[in-house]
Order: sequence, then C-alpha cells, then structure tokens
Amino acid sequence: MNESIVQVRNVVKHYRKGREAVEVLHGLSLEIAAGDFCALMGPSGSGKTTLLNLIGGLDQPTSGEIEVNGERIDQLDSRALSRWRSQRVGFIFQFYNLMPVLTAQRNVELPLLLKKMSARERRERALTALEIVGLKDRAKHLPRELSGGQEQRVAIARAIVSDPDLLLADEPTGDLDRDTANEILDLLGTLNTRHGKTILMVTHDPVAAERARRTVHLDKGSILEAA
Amino acid sequence: MGGMLHLVIRNLTRKKLRTFFTVASIIIAFILFALLGGLNRAFTAGVELAGADRLVTQHKVSFIQPIPVAYVSRVQSMDGVRAAAHYTWFGAYFQDPRQQFGLFPTELELLDDIYPEYEIPPEQHERLLATRTGLLVGEAMAAQYGWEVGDRVPIFSTIYPRIDGSYSWEFEIAAIFTGTGNTADEMQAFMHYEYFNEARQFGQDTVGWIVTRVEDPDRAEDIAEKIDARFANSPTETKTSTEAGWMAGFAAQFGNIGLIVRLVLACVFFTLLLISGNTMAQAVRERTGELAVMKTIGFSDGRVVLLVLAESLTVAVIGGVIGLLLGTLFVYGAASALAQFFPGLAMSAGTLGWGLALAVALGLVTGGPPAWRAARLRVVDALGRR
Amino acid sequence: MEQILAITWQNLKSIPGRLGTSMVAVVGVAGVVAVLVAVLSMARGFESTMESGTSPDNVVVLRSGSSSELDSGFDGEQTRLITQSSYLETASPEVYVIVDLAKKSTGTDANVPMRGVGPDGPSVRTGFEIIEGRVFSPGRKELVVGVGAAGQFVGLEVGNTLEFGTERWDVVGIFETGGAADSELWTDAPVLQGAYRRGNSYSVVYGKLNSVADFAAFKDELTTNPQLSVRVEREADYFAEQSEALSTFISVVGYGIALLMALGALFGALNTMYTAVSDRAREIATLRAIGFAPGAVVASVMVEAMLLALIGGILGAGISWLLFNGFTVSTLSFTSFTQVVFAFAVTPDLLVQGLVIALAIGLVGGIAPAIRAARVPIVAGLRE
Repeated sequence: MNESIVQVRNVVKHYRKGREAVEVLHGLSLEIAAGDFCALMGPSGSGKTTLLNLIGGLDQPTSGEIEVNGERIDQLDSRALSRWRSQRVGFIFQFYNLMPVLTAQRNVELPLLLKKMSARERRERALTALEIVGLKDRAKHLPRELSGGQEQRVAIARAIVSDPDLLLADEPTGDLDRDTANEILDLLGTLNTRHGKTILMVTHDPVAAERARRTVHLDKGSILEAA
Repeated sequence: MGGMLHLVIRNLTRKKLRTFFTVASIIIAFILFALLGGLNRAFTAGVELAGADRLVTQHKVSFIQPIPVAYVSRVQSMDGVRAAAHYTWFGAYFQDPRQQFGLFPTELELLDDIYPEYEIPPEQHERLLATRTGLLVGEAMAAQYGWEVGDRVPIFSTIYPRIDGSYSWEFEIAAIFTGTGNTADEMQAFMHYEYFNEARQFGQDTVGWIVTRVEDPDRAEDIAEKIDARFANSPTETKTSTEAGWMAGFAAQFGNIGLIVRLVLACVFFTLLLISGNTMAQAVRERTGELAVMKTIGFSDGRVVLLVLAESLTVAVIGGVIGLLLGTLFVYGAASALAQFFPGLAMSAGTLGWGLALAVALGLVTGGPPAWRAARLRVVDALGRR
Repeated sequence: MEQILAITWQNLKSIPGRLGTSMVAVVGVAGVVAVLVAVLSMARGFESTMESGTSPDNVVVLRSGSSSELDSGFDGEQTRLITQSSYLETASPEVYVIVDLAKKSTGTDANVPMRGVGPDGPSVRTGFEIIEGRVFSPGRKELVVGVGAAGQFVGLEVGNTLEFGTERWDVVGIFETGGAADSELWTDAPVLQGAYRRGNSYSVVYGKLNSVADFAAFKDELTTNPQLSVRVEREADYFAEQSEALSTFISVVGYGIALLMALGALFGALNTMYTAVSDRAREIATLRAIGFAPGAVVASVMVEAMLLALIGGILGAGISWLLFNGFTVSTLSFTSFTQVVFAFAVTPDLLVQGLVIALAIGLVGGIAPAIRAARVPIVAGLRE
C-alpha cells in the first residue's frame, strides 16, 4: 500500500503490581500503512488495549520505539505528548466519550479549544464534522437526549474534527446493539475509504473485525503470525 | 478562552442544587465576615478618627477625676503646641436617661483650632458664638432628635445640677456641623464652658480633659511627655497620650474584641472550607472518566488543573462577592438603627479588600487538592477502571 | 416501624463509604452549636454574676435621675436621713469612683471600680468572705480586692502597694461575694472621701431591710421626703437593670451569628443528604421494588440526617463546655463605665438549646432529600 504511518519496534511494556513487574507486551513489532483500516483482536489480557494506548501516546513503552508519522513519540515528555495528541490522533472509546454537560456541537468543539481559532471557526468545523457523521440536526442536543449510537457518532465527529491522521478506537461497538454497531462500522469504513483516515480498531467482535482491511491477532503480549 | 469558560460554567451547573448549596454557604460566611468587620470597626472607629497631631490629657488616676482649667493656659504656652482646649463630660441625655450622648462644655471659639475637620456654616457659627446658651450639634445627632437651628431644647445632665438644684439645662440649637462623614463624630454636641461653669453647683473651674494640637506630629509623643512632666508632683497629676492611643485604649476596655471576632471568623471559615472542599473533591471524583477523556483529546495536565481551579474559584468568588455585598447592606441597615450606640458601625474598604482576597484564597485551597489529583490522573488507569 | 429500622440500619452501615460527606454535615452542625453555646454562655455568665450574691431584702438607694452609682451622689445630711430609716436593719453609705489599672490580657488601662464602704459594707453583701489576707483597717489607705478583679488586673496581689496619683494604697486582702462586687476594690469610705476630696458626700446607700415586705413602705418613706430626691430599688432589680444593656447586646450578637451559621450548616447538611440519597438511588429503588413503603424510606433518611446532626450537636456542645465553662473575662459595662469581671457559664439549658438547634438543622436538612428519595420512580432508580 502506502508508506507506513505507524511503526512499532520491539516494544516491551511492564506494569507494576505491588512489588512485581508484570510484562504485558514482549518485544512487539508492528507496522501500519497510511490509509489502512486495521483491527486488533485477541482474548482479554492479551495486551491489545495496552498496545493501542502506546500508539496513541497515552502511555510510554518500557523499552522499544514507537514512531508515528515520522515522530518518535516514545521520546516525548508528557506535555509534548498532549500537544501531539491534540493534533495527530483521534480517540473513540466504548464508554464515557462525551461530556454530559455539553451539547453535541460543543462536545465536538472540545479538541478545537486547544488551537487558536475564533469561536465562529470552531462552530463551523464542528458542524462540518457532525454533517460527515450525519448528525448535523442534533447539534444542540445533550448526550442524554441521544441514543447510544448517536452518542458514538458524535464521539467520532469529535475524533475527526481536528483532522488527525490516525483514528484509534477501543471497542467502539462494544456497548451497542447489532444494527447500531453496523451503522458505526459503516461510518468508520466511509472515513477510511472516502476520507483517507488510517484506523486502528481494538475489538473482540469478529463481525466488526471483518469490516477492517486486515486483522492483527494478539495473544499474551505477542503478535500471532497471521491467519 | 470563551470555550473554556463555557465548559467551566456547564460543569458547575451540572448538579445545580449542589452548586447552589455550596455557593449559599459561602455567601453566608462572607455576610458574617462583612458584619463582623463592621462590628470591629464600630469599636475602633475612634482610632480612625483620631488626628495624628492631637493629644489627650486627663487626670492621672482616672478619667472621671476633674483637672484644673488653669492647666490649659500652661499647656498653650508650651513649645510646639499649636492650640489647646478643654472638654468635660456633661453626662447628657435628652429624654431617655438611658440614652446618654456626648455633650461637651468647651471654649467654642477654639473648637476650629483643635478640630478643623468640623464644618459649620458661617452665619450659624456667628450665632453660636453670640448665644450664651447656644448649642453646636452634629448633623447626625440633629437628625436623630429632629432638632433644627433656633429650637429651644432642655437637656438633662446626670452628673451636674445647676445652682438651683435642677438637673435640667436650657439650650438653643445655634449651629449644626458636619464632620468627616463617619457618623461617630457627628453624634456629639458642644456648649459654652462659661454657661456651664457659671451655672453649675459644684466643680467650678475644673474640666474633664484637655485636647492639644501640636505643630509637628512627629514630636507628638515628645510633647505628651513634657506635658505630664509639667504637672508631675502636683496635687493633680496628668496622663497624656496621643488621641489614637487614647481611643484605642478605650476600645481595648471592651476586651480583645478583635481577637474574638477573628476567632469566630476562623471557626466559620474552617467549617466552610470543609463543606466546599468536600463538595469540590466530590465533584472532581465523579468526573474522573471525563477528565481522562479530555487528556486523551490532548488537554495537558496543566490545563486540567486550570479547569478544576477555575471551577472552584468561580464558586468561591461569586459566593464571596454576593456575601460581601449583602453584608455591606446589612451593616448600613444596622448602622442607621444603632446609630445611638455604635456611631462607628460602617463598612470599610479594608474589610471588603480582605474579604475578596479571602474568597480567592478559599477558591484556591478548596480546588487545590482535587486539581492536584486531576493532574496526576493516569489516563490508562482511569479508562481501565470500569 | 420495623421497615424504618431496617432501612435506617442499612443506611447507617453504608456511611463509612460516605464518610467525607457525612463528616461535612457533622462538622457544620458542630461549629454552629459550639459558637452558639459559647456566645450565649458569655451572656449567661455575665447576667448570673450581676444577679448572684443579691438578696431579696437588700436595697440600693441612688440619686433620682442617675443611671448608675457613678453619677449618683448625696450630701452628708441626705445620707444621714437615708441610713436612719427605721426600716433598715443595717445600712452602708458608700463612695464610688473609678481608677485606672492595666488589664492583664491587653496590657492597656481599664476603668476599675473603687468603692469606699461603711463599717457594715461587708455584712450587707450576702456571702462576703475574705479568702486571703485580711479586711482593711478603718482610717488607713488599705484596700481589699475582689477575687475577679485580682485575676484580671495587674498588681493586685496581697502585700502590693498601688499608686493612684499621689496616693499610695496597700493591698491587704482578697474577698469574694460571688456577685458583681468581685470586680471591685474596697476601702474605708472616709479614707476615700479624703483622698478624692469628696467632703462628706456619698454616691449610694446599700441597705438590708428588716423584712422583705418592708420594701414598699421604705421606698415611700424616702420618696415622699421633700429633702430627698432618690431612686429606691431592690438590689436584684438594680443589678438586672445594670446588666441589661450589655447582656442584650451579647445575646443579640450571639444569636445573630449562630443563626447565620445555622443557615450555612443547613446548606452543608442538605448537600450531604442529597448526595447520600443519590448515591444510594439504586438501593432505595430496590427496597421499594421489594415492597418497603415510601414512608419508611422518607423516615429512614430523616433519621439518618438527624442522627448526623445530633452527633454534630453533641460534639459542638462538648467542645464549648470543655473550652469555655468557667473561663473568666472582663469587659466594659455600658452603664457604669467600669469593668465587670465574669465567667462564661455553660449551663445545662444552653446545652439543650444547642442540641435542639442541631436537631432542627437535621430535620430541615433531611426533609427535602427524603421526599425526593421516595418520589423517584422505582424504574428510574433501578437503572442508576
């Protein structure tokens, strides 16, 4: 395909549990090409969420290198990582995505508060993002007035509003029923094919994984050779 | 910036009742702060009014002992003295013997030299000097009793009977003066010493105390010592202090009012701190997930701290400002009702300034620990916590 | 009833999980009660000092129109007419002046009453007792000092000599009456008259009637005498009047502050209870789904609120009692312009008042949340 946008090289990750260190990732290496839609699958405890967090700059590897779009994010400090995330990555989670006190539009505007932009510009960009996910008419609604699927779509709009290269999704359909899940997956697919967004999605749902272009399997902290 | 403010406000209105109760208890605390500040000032009003260049000389043994009127001319002739005049406590009341007020026999011609801050319209001043039974009354007192220039009023003395045995003295309201705006000095009246001395039954040619105006305030303490030295070892020894010191000593007789006020306030604020601090901590704890999401979006630890502090500051400052305003209103209401007993009851800029500073401090202290915890929040832990 | 107990018990067991918010309510109420009891005990102590040590057959005679002993006065002849009344068993004509002494607490001077008493002065005061040293000798510049004054002002130890102007006075003893006189310095009346050039005049006459019922007749006798212009009061009435202004002031300020604080504590309690209720929305809904009556839910929330408040009240009352009971202070009496020494008196009825306020706060703070808890639809509550 295209050049790789994400390069994970020999990454090891330890967690401290009291006195002991538990090794969650064992010298893992992975490459994701620009424009790819990749699903990360594996049983619980396999380290897939950990890997996602590391690629998203939410955590640092114990050893190894992570390069995203040419930048070595394992060398950035916490402040730099915050800035990097605001420009380069969009996150979508299973729960707790939206601020319950803000309208859909304001929720989508949130990442834009970190950039220099007039209020009008912010509003326009947010509405554009909402239009892409098909919820422009719900812009003034609060999260509690939206269905689960609609909330997730707003979350996706927020994830793309600052035009990042990479979208990271952690079980985005985990809390949704079949039909709604399909809608969300359709949306993610559109973002990938029509808007060229690179997507890395952690999931345990094989139906969801099928929507991706490729699947990477993890078990006990290592990548299984593809099947 | 506007966006952040919007977020802060929306967070605060998340649980409207809770925010309301917290703000309400802060308002209460600051009303108390304002009230007690006003009260403290009432007791110390005299100190503020005191002139830096004035001294008070009284009998050394006690304030109620009279001193010879002859002492005044001896003080007047001393080096560094600009003017000196005598005053006496008349023990006056108008109709209710339990509401005594300050009426002072003195040489009215010299009043202006000692208290230049009192302003009297010239025609009234002339009339005052020409009328033997003339009375000079402060504007606040005239308003209180409904007196106008030209009225004839009988005033009783609880101490001094006239030669004919009666305690009732006749006066004509000859002039009304305005003071510095602090009602304490306008709740006073002055009469001609001559009238007093000639008609009094006992104590002729004695006075209560002497007020001296010095030329150089820096030499005030020095001259005070010289005055007392002049009369030492005589049958009537004196004790001279600066007017401010004299007033402060008087206020101190009530006991350490300042200390009591501060203790009560400390108790109130401590309780308040607990209430708001706990609420704040609670509010932040509930939002751990949201704060984690904000960090994933790219909000730095520092920004999250600012967000939390902004919330606690907003609550504290809004509550503080409203409380101070309400308290000031109450103080002014009470001041007019209690003008008799506490002429000095008023709000001072100092109290308001301190109040505001305290509100900000409250916001910072209650927001501090939760903000710190929010800063240290590890996203991966928070999101993993389900 | 058992329902209420059951729910309440469950509520209480869950408090340790909500310790923070619960403590808020407790501390808030404790603060209110502590301040209220402390300030009122100040007023109470002052009143009781002024009024104790008085006897129903004692009288005080002052010049008519005077507000206190300070501005009252009789000449020698008038005094004789008063003391010679047949209704009086004993009489003590007295001279009342003020002297300046330094207060131990502030270091600055304060007006202290000095009284020259007649030979019967001590016996007219019920409960007069010399607790250290001896009484002054007639004709000499000697002082006995009230126990209250001795504690508050500098230099009043037995054996000390005080200098007032050019006069020197020896402190020879300390006395106690249990009443207002304990704030005073006493000496022989003629000596004081001489030192203050009062000639033969007196300020006041204290007397003991032959019998309590003689008061009216005694008062008549004096007030109808054309040579006298006097005020005759029972001792207790006189002191009550003297203390009225200051004790009213303290009470008003005290209640005022406490009321405001109570409001603040109320808000704290409301916060606590609303949180308690919303935290356990699911539990409460479950109980109601099982079949517990809404009334029981309401009652249990109320009980919890009032219990927390009661704990706070006991805490606050206890703190005040420990810290303040018996604490002596002195301040300026508005009427006599002199220092009065008194002790804070944390009386049982004040403690009760404190607890009542605590319960009231708990009651008001619990009602609204309790009703809200009972009214949330069961289905909504289960979903929490």
